[in-house]
Amino acid sequence: MISIHHISKSYSDVQAVRDISLEVKNGELFGLIGPDGAGKTTLMRILMTLLIQDEGTASMGGFDVIKDYKKIRNMTGYMPGRFSLYQDLTVEENLNFFATVFKTTVAENYDLIRDIYIQIEPFKKRLAGKLSGGMKQKLALSCALIHKPEILILDEPTTGVDAVSRKEFWEMLKKLQQKGITILVSTPYMDEAMLCNRVALMQKGEILDIDTPQKLVENYTRKLYAIKSDDMHRLIQDLRSYEKTDSAYAFGQFLHVTGKEDEVEATEFENYLLKKDHPGLQVFDIVPGIEDVFMELLQEQ
Amino acid sequence: MEKVIEVRHLVKKFGSFTANDNLNFDVYQGEIFGFLGANGAGKTTAMRILCGLSSPTSGEVKVSGYDIYKETEKIKRNIGYMSQKFSLYEDLTIAENIRFFSGIYGITPKNRKAKQEVLLKNLDIESSKDSLIGSLPLGWKQKLAFSVAIFHDPKIVFLDEPTSGVDPITRRKFWDLIYEATDRGITVFVTTHYMDEAEYCNRVSIMNDGRIEALDTPENLKKKYSAKNMDEVFLKIAR
Repeated sequence: MISIHHISKSYSDVQAVRDISLEVKNGELFGLIGPDGAGKTTLMRILMTLLIQDEGTASMGGFDVIKDYKKIRNMTGYMPGRFSLYQDLTVEENLNFFATVFKTTVAENYDLIRDIYIQIEPFKKRLAGKLSGGMKQKLALSCALIHKPEILILDEPTTGVDAVSRKEFWEMLKKLQQKGITILVSTPYMDEAMLCNRVALMQKGEILDIDTPQKLVENYTRKLYAIKSDDMHRLIQDLRSYEKTDSAYAFGQFLHVTGKEDEVEATEFENYLLKKDHPGLQVFDIVPGIEDVFMELLQEQ
Repeated sequence: MEKVIEVRHLVKKFGSFTANDNLNFDVYQGEIFGFLGANGAGKTTAMRILCGLSSPTSGEVKVSGYDIYKETEKIKRNIGYMSQKFSLYEDLTIAENIRFFSGIYGITPKNRKAKQEVLLKNLDIESSKDSLIGSLPLGWKQKLAFSVAIFHDPKIVFLDEPTSGVDPITRRKFWDLIYEATDRGITVFVTTHYMDEAEYCNRVSIMNDGRIEALDTPENLKKKYSAKNMDEVFLKIAR
């Protein structure tokens, strides 16, 4: 459904996207995962025909992003990273405006947006600029869907959004996917990768790896330990100064630790830390998450 | 322990809307205090008041010993502030930014030079002091912004979502800096949407609809809400 071949794009002296190729299948929920500066927005803008690539080709639903840009604009919905609806129009006026631009009506495609729009309908007479963050997000999604697109492109829809609203937003995306829409979504939150069918892990304009999140985690072959003590700050310092430690990073209430050459056993870490007098010490094997995988890929670079 | 922030019956109304509804809490010297809540829960309003940028409708608030109604200028001198959005001037160099912020906080040139040397050395960026901020990688900018926010040795530093948008390694390195600051006795008041970061705080408050629904150590909150991590605690309170 989305096809990207060797796309590169530079802005004066910064290479934003470097020789990227990937395919998104029909009906797939595909995630671009990476921090600021990874090239996610540039890639999405090229697909949305808002920016022209320096090199490579890309197509959406079989249409070329340069030659057939008008066709692509009619069949895709786009939610940019920055709220870009009309702040001085009401909720209802914004929705009607976007429906009219795409030569349709709100009534015609209401089914598609009902679940989302119903939550902001009580405020339909309110100016879009006066909505809370969560409501703006729902309005933007409704407007992106009002012409019944086949492909939906969402640029960091959950950045700066609290954990509860993020969860609700992903539930909405899953429902849209079930209605047959192909979705390409970007996010800097590693935990959201697990909610996608497949993901591309990106950094500095390049793709580090592409696969299902499950496969990415399975392919992580290093021995990973979770370590905890009553003094976490000293624990991390002690582990980093231990010659057998390869990496030690905080992961919520534990540290995730790898040993040099993966030859360090849990008992070795334990004995070393017991000598350092750590009360409440716990050391055990742990299954890696997508964030461990991403960090390992960053370190290899 | 010394209280760096004291909040009693803080109320802030905008017309008929109550953004902060009777907040009561203390923050102690040297602790990392996590200030969490859903979007629209009233965090930003409370933080603006604590920074002396907005006055409460009613209630008593003291920040580093100064009264929030009468001594806002003293408060501003004794706090540091950093967010992802507002940090340093992109079109000034590292040294120029340090000079600029030193001037604002009334640090003498002699004092500044000595402190600047230490800062550049600690961050290992001595050779880049004449580079424009705009040309630096995000991770550097962030470390530098934090170092500049505490350059005038404030008692407390407010960090508003300091780690949003950065890669997972940089995010963790940033927390190393936070720990170093608390080792020096600086109190850290931080907001974040990353629930794993809530675990790194000494104490955490969770706001909902203008009120503080929970305030305790991450350990105690997890016990109280029978949750296995802070993400679950947050979902139980804010949903």
